[in-house]
Amino acid sequence: MTPWERATLALKLLSIDPQRLGGMVVRARVGPARDALLGTMDAIEMPCVRLHPHMGTQVLDGEVDLSATLSGGTLVRQRGLLDRPPSLFILPMAERAEPALSARLGQALDAGHSHALLALDEGSEEGETVPLALQDRTAFHVALDGIAMSDLAPIDLPQDTVALRRLARAVHVPDDILEDMVMLANAVGITSLRAPGFTLNAAQCHAALHGRDVVEQSDVSAAVALIYAHRATKLPDQPEDQTQPPEKPPDAPDDPAQTAQPNDILLDAITAALPPDALVDLSTRGPRRATGSGSGARRTGNRRGRPLPARQGPNANAARVDLIATLRAAIPWQTLRKRADPARNGPIFRQSDLRKKRYDALSDRLLIFTVDASGSAAMSRLAEAKGAVELMLAQAYARRDHVALVSYRGNAAEVLLSPTRSLVQTKRRLAAIPGGGATPLASGLAAAMDLAQTAAQKGLTPTVILLADGRANIARDGSADRALAHADATKLATKIAAARCDALVIDTTNRPEKTLRQLAQHMAAKYIPLPRADAKRVSGAISASLAE
Amino acid sequence: MKHPFPFSAIVGQDEMKQAMILTAIDPSIGGVLVFGERGTGKSTAVRALAGLLPPIRVVKDCPVHCARPEDCPDWAVLDDISTHDIPTPVVDLPLGASEDRVTGALDIEKALSKGEKAFQPGLFAQANRGYLYIDEVNLLEDHIVDLLLDVAQSGENVVEREGLSIRHPARFVLVGSGNPEEGELRPQLLDRFGLSVDVTSPTDIEERVQVIKRRDAYENDHSAFMLRWQAEDAALRDRIVTARQTLADLKTPDAALRVVAELCINLGSDGLRGELTLLKAARAYAAFRDDTVLTRMHIRATAALALLHRLRRDPLDEAGSGARVERIVQETLDA
Repeated sequence: MTPWERATLALKLLSIDPQRLGGMVVRARVGPARDALLGTMDAIEMPCVRLHPHMGTQVLDGEVDLSATLSGGTLVRQRGLLDRPPSLFILPMAERAEPALSARLGQALDAGHSHALLALDEGSEEGETVPLALQDRTAFHVALDGIAMSDLAPIDLPQDTVALRRLARAVHVPDDILEDMVMLANAVGITSLRAPGFTLNAAQCHAALHGRDVVEQSDVSAAVALIYAHRATKLPDQPEDQTQPPEKPPDAPDDPAQTAQPNDILLDAITAALPPDALVDLSTRGPRRATGSGSGARRTGNRRGRPLPARQGPNANAARVDLIATLRAAIPWQTLRKRADPARNGPIFRQSDLRKKRYDALSDRLLIFTVDASGSAAMSRLAEAKGAVELMLAQAYARRDHVALVSYRGNAAEVLLSPTRSLVQTKRRLAAIPGGGATPLASGLAAAMDLAQTAAQKGLTPTVILLADGRANIARDGSADRALAHADATKLATKIAAARCDALVIDTTNRPEKTLRQLAQHMAAKYIPLPRADAKRVSGAISASLAE
Repeated sequence: MKHPFPFSAIVGQDEMKQAMILTAIDPSIGGVLVFGERGTGKSTAVRALAGLLPPIRVVKDCPVHCARPEDCPDWAVLDDISTHDIPTPVVDLPLGASEDRVTGALDIEKALSKGEKAFQPGLFAQANRGYLYIDEVNLLEDHIVDLLLDVAQSGENVVEREGLSIRHPARFVLVGSGNPEEGELRPQLLDRFGLSVDVTSPTDIEERVQVIKRRDAYENDHSAFMLRWQAEDAALRDRIVTARQTLADLKTPDAALRVVAELCINLGSDGLRGELTLLKAARAYAAFRDDTVLTRMHIRATAALALLHRLRRDPLDEAGSGARVERIVQETLDA
């Protein structure tokens, strides 16, 4: 099945029963493929409502229409979007959705199964994806990137979806097929029970689409390929990845889920649907970034922080109204307005009087640990560096900082952990850093800088902490050329300085290394040489210099 | 709006159901925190709980659901002080809620259109004598958490803002659910929950198939399904009501108190709150089983629920306190 056929099939099934299937995540940049897919959405028999990722939840739930209330003198309520009759919500730029919005949408999808969601994910980076709360509640996930114009075939959605839906819901599912579905979900490491539920419904829709009233193997294969492929966290014959979150009790080997063999045909269906690099992805897929409070905090919000002077605002509905400032603005006009409208009691307000409160909140800090795991470091100081990072983590916990982890060795750098507040995850990742190989310092810096920039866009304040041991000897293109490697590292260091990103270089060589001091200067970073230090000293040095 | 999924129809997850029943029997236990992966039925259980709770008797016009007219706050406008029965309130605290919405604030409509200073009650008022449910509690904004900490402790909501000085009772059972992968909970907030449960997806295939089947029946054959399970819910509700009465007469021998204290000391749990909660939970459990005397068995059954989240935890420790609690409970109770 080509990606386009996959997308087409998902859309067909969704059009039959959007309410049971919850919706679809479409990962694609704006382009003809996405347009072609969205162009057919009209055929779905539900009103479409476009949302925006930065919409406040009050738009979803409804609120007092302040300006109408004021000018009319009676309470006017706006109806929330979620109160509408069952609709298909289209969420563009879904990867930017705020946690509050995604949580509220998720609740709405759960309750009563009346709404459906089409999330358009335009993320370009690995970590930039639709919030997991939404991914879990929508059945399908299709990626359209890399589809050529010539691949696009017209989509003909089924005509009579209402009748098909009725048929689909009555389709019988034999018990053994149901068991296969559930077993397979277990075998590929899907813990959420929503996935098998979706598969059941999708298989029913698929059967109805082909005029059957009992679910067959082919229906399940199609459904499984669409629903399990992107959720799988392991392949069944792989040992459980030690970094995967679910903690199986030690007595797990006896449970039937582990010993029972899932149906091979279904397994083939899902393996075929996995993208070619999925395995690489599976083994390196970190826990997705945490979306705790504050990670997206704008610097000048209107919810919390140090109060700033009130402002006249067009969008006063979303903010808190500063009553005193509003009154102050309205009072000078009262005599004039009373004259124009003598019958009204009390002060007369106009929309232009509204002042909204503003607050200046400090954004959260993100510490990006960039750890040298090369052979030289592995020999001497890797354990110390790990220890130092652990101590720092304990402090980061107290300060509620976010942390990210990058390690570099061999000929590339690796983001071991995207920004998160989950310390357990961080610690596990940290302990699992393997050592050995050359020192691709430039790649490490590049990875750290990418992280820093993404984080800064989300409103975090990133700090790059480089724990280096020795000079760079692998260039960014992977060649073992010391001069080029040095030039690359210097170039990136200047870039980091230009991006005004805070940085700290900790030299863990046995004797302070001159090139690292120069590198720190290029980065506009503080340089801390730590010959023969222990973890406590490294950590102490970092906190001392951060406190400055 | 469909009826929520019936509580008795939830497959497995016995610990979570148990914890919720205990707080229904004795609300002073102080709430439940349910932590676990996605799609394990956390929010389904909380929503189902609403259908399980016995009704409460309230003054009709009281914004904070007081039982007697003389308890109503003085700022409330009471036109009708007769009492009637309402279902126990289960109020949702949405993640994006503003401070005003949570604590209540100046009624802007009245202030601006009529020039009156009136108070508009918030979620805390609505949740009084009921449940306050926070989904994704670990993602809650810090400033809302601060409000919550104070009110959950004192049982009184104090609003001092925009020229208002209002206080009203806000006693509710806090129920939180969340996914630990997305962030940790502040220890102070953790403390406010009486019981905590870690839920995992069932690993038994039979059980998982059963979940999917029941969900399917709930959706496709709604009325028959509800008819079947609402009867079980009603039976469970009767047991809860009976247990509330039994609780008053339940004997607590000194030996049991000593075991509780010993257990908490051995575990090194912070403060006396753990001890108190464990005692209450064990008593509620005994009452639920219709026993007349508190015994070691009740304590053993509820120790993990009440103490798991109270251990002084190294933030870097891999949450392995479950095994530790189990071991120490074993040692202490068998001694």
